[in-house]
Formats: sequence, structure tokens, C-alpha cells
Amino acid sequence: MNQNKIYDVIIIGGGVIGTAIARYLMRFDVKVLLLERHNDVGEEASGANSGIVHSGYDPKPGTKKAKFNVLGNKMMPEVAKELDLNFKQIGSLTLSFSEEDDKTLLDLKKRAEENGVDVKLLSKGEVFKIEPNLSKEIHGALLAPSAGIVSPFGLTVNLMENAMDNGAELLLNHEVIEIEKISEFCRVFCGNGAFFDAKTVVDAAGALADKVQEMIEKPSFSITPRKGEYFVLDHFNNDFIKHTIFMCPTKVGKGVLISQTTSGNYLVGPSNDSCDVDDVSTDALTLEDIKKTALKICPNLPFNETIREFSGVRPNSNVDDFVIEESKNFNGLFIVGGISSPGLASAIAIGDYVSKLIRDKLSLKDNLNYNPNIRKHISLSKIGKEKYNELIKKNPSYGKLICRCEKVSEGEIVDSIHRNCGAHTIKGVKKRIRPGFGKCQGTFCEAEVLKILARELKLPLEEICYSELGTNILLKAQKGAENE
Amino acid sequence: MNKKDLVIIGGGSAGLASAISAYDEGVKDILLIERNAELGGILNQCIHPGFGLHHFNEELTGPEYAHRYIEELKRRNIEYLLNTQVTSISKDKIVTFMNENGIQKLECKAIIFATGCNERTRGQILTPGYRPKGIYTAGLAQKYMNIDGRLVGKNIYILGSGDIGLIMARRMTLEGAKVIGVSEIMPYSNGLKRNIAQCLDDFNIPLRLSNTVTKIFGKDKLEAIELSDVDKNLKPIPGSEKIVKCDTLLLSVGLYPFNAMLKNAGCKVNLETKGSLVDQNLETTIEGIFSTGNVLHVHDLVDFVSEESERAGKNAARYILNKRGKSLNTLNVKHSENVSYVLPTIIKVYENNEPIIFSFRVKKPIKKTTICIKNSAKILLNMKKMNLLPAEMIKITAKDLDLKNSDDLVLEVKEDE
Repeated sequence: MNQNKIYDVIIIGGGVIGTAIARYLMRFDVKVLLLERHNDVGEEASGANSGIVHSGYDPKPGTKKAKFNVLGNKMMPEVAKELDLNFKQIGSLTLSFSEEDDKTLLDLKKRAEENGVDVKLLSKGEVFKIEPNLSKEIHGALLAPSAGIVSPFGLTVNLMENAMDNGAELLLNHEVIEIEKISEFCRVFCGNGAFFDAKTVVDAAGALADKVQEMIEKPSFSITPRKGEYFVLDHFNNDFIKHTIFMCPTKVGKGVLISQTTSGNYLVGPSNDSCDVDDVSTDALTLEDIKKTALKICPNLPFNETIREFSGVRPNSNVDDFVIEESKNFNGLFIVGGISSPGLASAIAIGDYVSKLIRDKLSLKDNLNYNPNIRKHISLSKIGKEKYNELIKKNPSYGKLICRCEKVSEGEIVDSIHRNCGAHTIKGVKKRIRPGFGKCQGTFCEAEVLKILARELKLPLEEICYSELGTNILLKAQKGAENE
Repeated sequence: MNKKDLVIIGGGSAGLASAISAYDEGVKDILLIERNAELGGILNQCIHPGFGLHHFNEELTGPEYAHRYIEELKRRNIEYLLNTQVTSISKDKIVTFMNENGIQKLECKAIIFATGCNERTRGQILTPGYRPKGIYTAGLAQKYMNIDGRLVGKNIYILGSGDIGLIMARRMTLEGAKVIGVSEIMPYSNGLKRNIAQCLDDFNIPLRLSNTVTKIFGKDKLEAIELSDVDKNLKPIPGSEKIVKCDTLLLSVGLYPFNAMLKNAGCKVNLETKGSLVDQNLETTIEGIFSTGNVLHVHDLVDFVSEESERAGKNAARYILNKRGKSLNTLNVKHSENVSYVLPTIIKVYENNEPIIFSFRVKKPIKKTTICIKNSAKILLNMKKMNLLPAEMIKITAKDLDLKNSDDLVLEVKEDE
């Protein structure tokens, strides 16, 4: 901890917004510190959402949501290349089930045109040609070809990795509890006693963004968290549903969707209920409702392929738009809050925009050494058999498969640990490269991943955590087993 | 491409037994592929006794049981690869595998698939609540305990009365953990009777029947669970909730065949067992691909896995050596409503039929039964049996069935007064 160092920017919150701002800031000659209260980045809404890069047909024209969504979607193909992410533009279909829905689709089409998004109304017959497994009850659909899917953890982690490759600093397990103005600097205090000074502070604290602003001034908005619960289905068939399927949106949200993930699993959800900020529990009745709705959309959706349920908390706010502003009262404070859907789709565009606000504020020069690309991840599916065989010759650990459900080798796990913003927990490895995400849910590979983590991090087995600090999986060795 | 007569995938009890019997039947060009660093499979972490009572007439631990087969395998110089993962098999019997020497393909005359089963996880049984650390399948906790010498917690609750859960109740108690209780959603236990007695009763661990976990508490670390009684339809009864504090929840809620690779190769799936559809030779719907052991259907006793796998090995060898006659006819085997599955579901009728072994389970406990195998014309086999339990697989050997002019068979379990 360098208490004398004065950062140009401290970013509070390591979700997809905070990490995107960090990444784009590194284009400039700037000292950046990101403070995250959890034991990894992307632990809240950024790690528990639908993973959809919306096309941008839905937000009200003229809003920040419309602007950043459309822009984010346009930027994503390039950014995905730079950050070595699998971005699949599978397109979305918004279904109509009634005459009222038909009207809504027409309104949405108009909105799409105002937002500059390509869409096309499809007849029932046209929909069945491309998605034969949907309900026979549908009237038609609005196709948005530019909508896509991306791994939300992958995006968050890789943004941070790239930011760190370019010199940004990350401190995990640093929860901000107080912010003070000290002459021309902001002093940011953390719960563990550490404090840091910076010229500017970015509040990207997600579901707690209003609370962070309240440390300094009267918040300009308040978060009204809403929980979304999901089912995850195994990758049973890549052709079962090919597009992201939405229902017609209502005032409360976009409703239940069915979509593949980049790994070929299917996500079904989310629900939409008010909740406490940190309530990520699932509920039997809510899940039952999601199932009923999903079966109306797709009667043969095989729920017996379910491998997991989860929930995430949307940082909705009482403002009907994203809050992206510089504080009027507190010089150097930038608020980036209420980034609910389409937050993931908008994140990179917001990162780009906010970083430029800060550049102008601090008159930052360009960083001539900025490299937008992360080091490529290697996997068999990406490079093919022949190249992979050459790799195994050089590094045999790539030939040792640890996760048989998702086909992840020891070499890939070791690589995920030793990168910037690398994995140091079971969940961290899982989020980055998928062992434990498959049908066996880590039953076979968790013990192996744990040993690899301990070996690579030079820690005893009992110090390896599942996720947060204190979630150690194993107790200390029993007597007689010390010298393993 | 390199060639092999027979490739056996999986070096656990099923793979070992089938390799040995195929060798003894006359096929010598065999490769057995094992993903772990040692042969023996899950037996290696089953350090409790109780194995081998049927097969060896003595009580062995899991590693001892495996050791006997490994010795037999080595005595025959059967080739095997460790630390090697098969990544795919194709319908024309090309096996692709990967290890530290690279990715290789092998063309073979026959394949025996013996990769065992998976444990059902929390996601599959839809337990609501938070998703903290501290919830493990019983088998994973067993691996941590018996292979790595580590406990995963000190105050344990167990959901499901499957055998691994019962074994772990005893094991963790002996290692100094407190096992608070076991809940079973069904009105009867799903484990072997002897395990209820030796692992729960002997340690005063309560078994709650018709009871399940309905909520998980603790955001990062497991803090408590909510138990509820369930009604006849297995739905939780409001008002019966009880909160139990614990740091670990073990799940012993069933096993299912790890059959994805055979399914992807094109072998038809038996929707009742989740394994492959097989005939009495243990041959799948693709000629020359055989399936045996827990990847075919989940067994309770390793002795039965060995017996089945010896048949698979023998039949694969006979197929390779062209010792098998042409089948005259193919029959399907169906079962009565109170049976959850029967194997085989397909019977190939030959000029001279070997005895056919049927394996099945009942859906609920039945005290007195008459089991019969019949076709539309007549009853071919009839036998009385007592105390059938869903947890205990039943095997019957049918000799001299006259099948030449038979139509499809039905296995019927009649409840006697």
C-alpha cells in the first residue's frame, strides 16, 4: 500500500462498469486504482445476468440507455477481438402472443428506427422457419440481428486484465466506507483501515452506488434493487433455440428470456422482484413461475437438463435512465450508477465515455504504450488439433484434461491463475475458464482445481477459498496426514 | 491411423473386469484408457469394507477389491494408459483421446464404454436459497476425506439416504465431525439396509423420512438449512419447517450414468436409466460398441458391476472374433408400471441362446411378489420374491427361454397379498 501516492483516479467497484472505465482510462497517461469489496471482480450483477448484448431497439429514444446500448453493441465485435472474448451475434427475437403484442412490436420497430437499430418484423411462418421449437401460439416476432451474447464474467475479468496490463492497479477485499475532501484531493477510506488519495473518484459501486455517493453528498438517485432468478440448462443441443428469445417488454422489464450462452448452455429467466441489495437467494415459487412462462414460449424446453439455478440483483434506480454525471457539489466525483439492463451491452460505451470525461477534467495526455489486446487464451476448440498438439509438446499440462464436462486442461487453469487479475479461488477459475460450470458442477474436478491453485499460489490446501475470504473449503489436515 | 482390436474406456471396476474377461475370451490386442493417475476408479476412495461379498465371498475394502482386478490385468500384460482422457468416440468406432503426449486417434473393432456415473447435484434437485460454500456431493466430500485426508466441515447435515451419504455419515463421525442428521424425501430409505444399520443406527444419527431441505441460509458460507416434511406428492408441508444450523450439507441424492459421449456418438439412450439402450450382450444400438457398469445403469454393489462387465468383455471378444452367430429375431423387453426400469430392453434371439440376465428395480417397496416374464402367448418364467426395495437392484437369470417364435417380452412384478 503506497499511502503517499496520489492517484489520478480511484474507481470504486469492480463490476463491468468499473473495469470498463479502468480499461478505457489506460489509453491515457494516468494512475488508476480500482477498489473492489469482494475477493474477485464481477461478483455481483456483472457476474449474474443474462449475458445479452442487446441490440438497442428497446430503450426510449434520446435516453442514455438508448445511446450507450446502441454504441456498446456497435463497439462489441472489435472489443471482443481485443479482449479475446467469444461474442456471438445470434440475433434476438421478440415474440408477440396477442394483438396487443402486435401493436407493441410495431411501436418497438419505430423505436428501433429512431435508435438507429436494424430490425425486421417476421410473420409466424418466418419465425418457425428459423426457430421451429417455439410455441405454436405466437403471432410473429421482431428480429434484431445485431443482438448478441458474451460471457459477462469474461468481459469483466478481461477488461480488468487489460487495464492492469496497461498499468492499472486493483485491490480486492477493499470495501470503501468513507470519502473525504482533503485540500484538492479525495481521500478514500476502506473498512480494513487502508486509505488512498486521488484527484478524482468514480462511483461505480453498482447496487451500492447511492450509498457511496451518500458518503460525500446527498445522493442524486436511489437504488431500488430487483432480483432476477434463472435456470441454467446443460448444453444438450446447439440448435434447439438459436436466437435470444424475448417476450414483449412491459413497464417492469423485459420479462423471461430464453437464450444460449457462449458456452452453449441455455439460460432461462430472469424473474423481476424487489429485494434487498445483497439478496441473491433463489425461491421455489419464483422458479416455478419462470418455468411456466418459459414453457409457454417454448413448450418442449427440457427442464430435466437443468444443472443450476442462480439469481442476481439489478441495480435499478428511481431515475428512469442510467445516472452518468459529474457531481455538481463535489469537485472530482463522477457518479456512474443505476446501470441496470441494458448495462452489460452499454458497459464498454460507458467506459469509453466516462474515461474521456476524466481525461478532459484532468487534461490527461495519451498513453503512447497503450495496448488494447490481452494475451490470447489457448484452448483446443480455438486453435485446432494440430496446433494444440504442438502446444502439448512444449507444455504437456495442456494435454491433461481436468474438467471433462467443459474440456478444460491443466495448462489453461495454470494460465488463468498467472494472468493479471488472475484466478485465486475455485469460483475465480470457474468464472474465467469454466471448470465446474458443466453438468457435474465440479464434483469431479473441484478437488483437482483446488490442488492446482494451492500449488501455483504456493499456499497450503486449507487456504484455498471457494469465493470470498473465509470460504476455505478444507479444514487443516487431521493428525497423521501432515506430511502429504 | 493406429488400430486396436478392443478399446476399453474407464479403468474402474467395470473397465477392469471387462478387459480381463475379453482377454480370457481370446482378444489380446486391448487398450484400457483411464483418466486418473491410477487404475481402480471410485473404488480408490471407498476405503470402507463391504465389497466382494458376492464375488470373492469375503469382505474387502474398495482399494483391496480394485487391487485384485489390477493384479489380474497386469498378470495378463493388458496395455493401459493413465492420465488419459477420451474426448470423443464416433459411430465408426474411432476413439479420440488426449494426454500429455498429445491428441491421438485409434480405430478399433470394438469399444467397451465403462466410464461410471455422476452424482446428482444441488442444481438438479432445485434446492432454493443462497449458494454458499459448504454444499458438496457426498462423493466429493469422500474424495477430500479419503484421498486428501481433509474434512470439509465439522457440523454436517446430509440430504438423501443414498449409500455414499450413509457411508460418509459414519466416516465423518469417526474423523471427529458432528453429523446432525440425514433427511430422505421418500418415505423409505434409498440406501442398503446394512448401511442404515452400520452407518446411522450404530452412531445414533437420526434419519428423517419424508423430509427434505427447503432453504439454504448463508450468503458466502453455509450457516443453516431449513428442513420441511413433505406430503405424498413430495411437496413441502407448510408449517413443518425446522431450521438446523450446520456448516456443511452433503448431498446423496442419486447417481446417473455419465453417458454423454455415447449419446453424441449416436447410441440410443434408455430414457429410464439415462444410460444406453442395450441388448443382452450389453451391446448398444451401434454394432461393436458396448456399455457396462454404472454408465449403463447405476448399481448398488460393485460385485454386480464386475459380473456385468465380465459379460460385456466376453461378448465384445466374441464379436471381434466373429464367434457370434447371426441373430434370428429381435425382441423388445417392456415392464409393468411398478418397475422403474429393466435391462436389457432388447433381446437378440440366436440359434443357441445363453442364459439371459435381467436386471431391474421396483419403484416402491413391495413385500411379497411374483415376478414373471411373459410374451403375448404365455408365461416363460415365474418366481416368488420377498421384500423388493427401490434401493436394491434385482437380478434374475433366465435359462432356456424359448424365444424362437416369441413376440416382445414383458417383465411383470405382481404384488401378492
